[in-house]
Amino acid sequence: MAHAHSVKRHKGLMDWLTTVDHKKIAILYLLAGGLFFGIGGIEAILIRLQLIKPMNDFVSAQTFNELITMHGTTMIFLGVMPVIFALMNAVIPLQIGARDVAFPFLNSLGFWTFLFGGLLLNLSWIMGGAPDAGWTAYTPLSTHTYSTTHGVDFYTVGLQIAGLGTLIGGINFLATIITMRAPGMSFMRMPMFTWTSFITSAMILFAFPAVTVGLVLLSFDRILGANFFEVANGGNPVLWQHIFWIFGHPEVYILILPAFGVISEVIPTFSRKRLFGYSSMVFATILIAFLGFMVWAHHMFTTGLGPVANALFSIATMLIAVPTGIKIFNWLFTMWGGQIRFTSPNLFAIGFIPTFVMGGVTGVMLASAPADYQFHDTYFVVAHFHYVIVGALVSGILAGLHYWWPKMFGRMLNETLGKLSFWFFIIGFHLTFFVQHFLGLMGMQRRVFTYLPNQNFDTLNLISTIGAITMGIGVIFFLINAIVTATKPKGVANDPWEDGRTLEWAIPSPPPEYNFKQIPLVRGIDAYWKEKMAGNKEMTPAEPIGPIHMPSPTILPFVMSVGIFIAGLGFMFSKESFSNSFMSLIFNNWIVVIIGLVITFGSMLLRSLYDDHGWHIEVEELEEEGVKA
Amino acid sequence: MKLSITIMVAVLVVVFAIGVYVLIKFRRKKGQTEIPEQVEGNFKLEIIWTVIPLILVFILAVPTVQQIFAFGDDHYNEKGSVQVKVTSHQYWWEFEYPQYGVNTAQELIIPTGKNIAFELKTADVLHSFWVPSLSGKMDTNPDGTINRFSFSTDKEGVYRGKCAELCGASHALMEFKVKAVSPDSFDKWVTAMKAPAVLPKDQALAETFKNSCLSCHAVGDQGGPVAPNLTGIGSRESVAGILLNEGQDGGKPVKENLKTWLEDPQAVKQGNKMPAPKDLGLTDEQIDGIADYLANYKLEY
Repeated sequence: MAHAHSVKRHKGLMDWLTTVDHKKIAILYLLAGGLFFGIGGIEAILIRLQLIKPMNDFVSAQTFNELITMHGTTMIFLGVMPVIFALMNAVIPLQIGARDVAFPFLNSLGFWTFLFGGLLLNLSWIMGGAPDAGWTAYTPLSTHTYSTTHGVDFYTVGLQIAGLGTLIGGINFLATIITMRAPGMSFMRMPMFTWTSFITSAMILFAFPAVTVGLVLLSFDRILGANFFEVANGGNPVLWQHIFWIFGHPEVYILILPAFGVISEVIPTFSRKRLFGYSSMVFATILIAFLGFMVWAHHMFTTGLGPVANALFSIATMLIAVPTGIKIFNWLFTMWGGQIRFTSPNLFAIGFIPTFVMGGVTGVMLASAPADYQFHDTYFVVAHFHYVIVGALVSGILAGLHYWWPKMFGRMLNETLGKLSFWFFIIGFHLTFFVQHFLGLMGMQRRVFTYLPNQNFDTLNLISTIGAITMGIGVIFFLINAIVTATKPKGVANDPWEDGRTLEWAIPSPPPEYNFKQIPLVRGIDAYWKEKMAGNKEMTPAEPIGPIHMPSPTILPFVMSVGIFIAGLGFMFSKESFSNSFMSLIFNNWIVVIIGLVITFGSMLLRSLYDDHGWHIEVEELEEEGVKA
Repeated sequence: MKLSITIMVAVLVVVFAIGVYVLIKFRRKKGQTEIPEQVEGNFKLEIIWTVIPLILVFILAVPTVQQIFAFGDDHYNEKGSVQVKVTSHQYWWEFEYPQYGVNTAQELIIPTGKNIAFELKTADVLHSFWVPSLSGKMDTNPDGTINRFSFSTDKEGVYRGKCAELCGASHALMEFKVKAVSPDSFDKWVTAMKAPAVLPKDQALAETFKNSCLSCHAVGDQGGPVAPNLTGIGSRESVAGILLNEGQDGGKPVKENLKTWLEDPQAVKQGNKMPAPKDLGLTDEQIDGIADYLANYKLEY
């Protein structure tokens, strides 16, 4: 296969470091996201073990604060986001009938900056202490006066680098979806997962700059002695809360919208019906995204913003219930009159609905500011957002992974193990978090490393910890499933679930590196289903067979990210006094920062000056493979 | 709050009922091969499940807005309000009663039936002032963003107070007590607080106490404002807010709690600012003496 192009194709590790193929980048995202998800999960289990009984001393108060900070930060930025990007990378180009994303080079750059940012953040565990000010890093607790280790520096610098990757990814998907849809695929014929990913990418575009600004200001305060949040010098800590939540609330929708998309793909497939109320689903998604930017201050009802702000943000927040409700009913009525099959992806998708509804109703309860004065910063909030981010979102992701696994890897996941992991996960989940509603109502505040006995907290906390372990077992089943499946031979059909509706099911699993030999012609919503119903086995091509232009693999994105990583480390330790005079010399004189930046900008220069026009897969090679298939 | 729970439970019931019905009725049966009807949607249904939630939101929004504005009213300078300036510290609470010229810590004494108007601020990082049984919480911010709110209670008793905003290592242990007493007792308490300080009877111990403790702490009219006021600590419900005294569930004698604290403050509250008495050169005997003295420093009210 590689006869004519051996120069352009790397093998082994080098292949993975240089790839610009969206399908391989998807797998990289999945592996890296899975790694961080595992770390965050272990942190969660440690947290629950500490809280298993009152006045426990399993970990110290300081360690506990580091654990909760890293658990939240890791799960949101480094665990769930990349796995969502894995799904988007694996599926979007296939769903819209494209051969890759709009900017394959940027795609690779986005992954590597995310990975190096995440690694930098987690290095804090072995380099003098993890961040300890909560994932929200409220000032003044996160300023240099009250958090004296480098922990929060790892947080600000690590997240800036990782956030760069997310922003790049978001822009890339916007461009891809706008410009690279196959002929006939109008916006209102796009699959729902593509739609929600599109909206999510737009939200990333607006939300991530906000947090980047916040993180830059905070790192300037901490490292360069600026005064943005220093009260004594005229700074204002409430400002941080605004900046953080102007990003932080849209972030929640950035996470959940793609899960909505997954559910909107999985449920129709396994009900053998088209999505009920497609256009209202699109409309609801856009409305949620829009309102999502208008509600950030509902995280700050007890900050003291005054009644006018609290009233407006209360009502804006409650309004989000309306479009979300539309979605729930549409899913239910998609199943209505269908023929539901309880495969493992569909189990996760069906489990998603009640869990999300429960997270939603507690959300409306929290939206009411007077009630929030009680609920705020208690375990009620912890229960609420875990219902949304774990019970719903992670279920959605697992549904998506089970659903598209054969497309990504060419192998079906084992159904028995899949069902086992579903039941352990969902039962463990509700055991862990349902009781936390009551803990919150009974007065247990969040982020406490321990609690006094005789408050009726003991049994509920014990149940919660047992639930967390059960949930952990569910995740381990999934891991075993993935490993066992990887040892099986490839070879599933194009449409292994038999009722696939969208374009990705029209091509081999896994798809060849160019995806579509001929770009398909789209003749309606659920393009592949439409052809199947018309009696066609394949999509109608929109072009004759011709040479396919491919982007060249390149190591530059990896090198650029290494450069940023080095510069970030250099910046963080620029004011450190080292015992070693050589270290002092290179860090305190900004030499490390300069080296890092030279590497990054040098690579950018190289990329700009050296024209790489890519290469072509010739017609003969395509036909040769056609014969094989 | 009750209204919101009722509405939400109703919503849950409706959605779950539809869900269960669908999952039972529309499973794929063996040998079922025909393709189900591909329904595009239903305009009427869409309208129904848009309008009904909108109405529910409206029903919820009206009382919400009313209560927000009621809660936001400033009663601080109203006649008959008892003003309390709350200052939060890592990890203790300072309560100042400007109308009475009294300052105390860790235990807030309030008269029943009166409006207690708080002015909240912090001396260091953000904290949040919360007495779950009596009211919602309010953040304590630095100067410039100081908050006011108020509550009242008619029931005498001891209420648990907490810090609800992550504030450092011992955030979990930053508890305090609220003791609601009759207005008469409250007046007596104020008088007792303003009485001259009672110092240890033993002259040498009194010197040690003055030199080692009163540089930061205060009793009565003596000492400094840096650390919690100790006037009448023997009659409080807890030591350091979390070592509960006799009379509380799982409480221990005051003296025992004071000794636990004095022997190693860091072991009780990691990261607190008090130097260990032993590091200040106090002997076990002196610590025992001071614990004994403080345990017996009680106020009559």
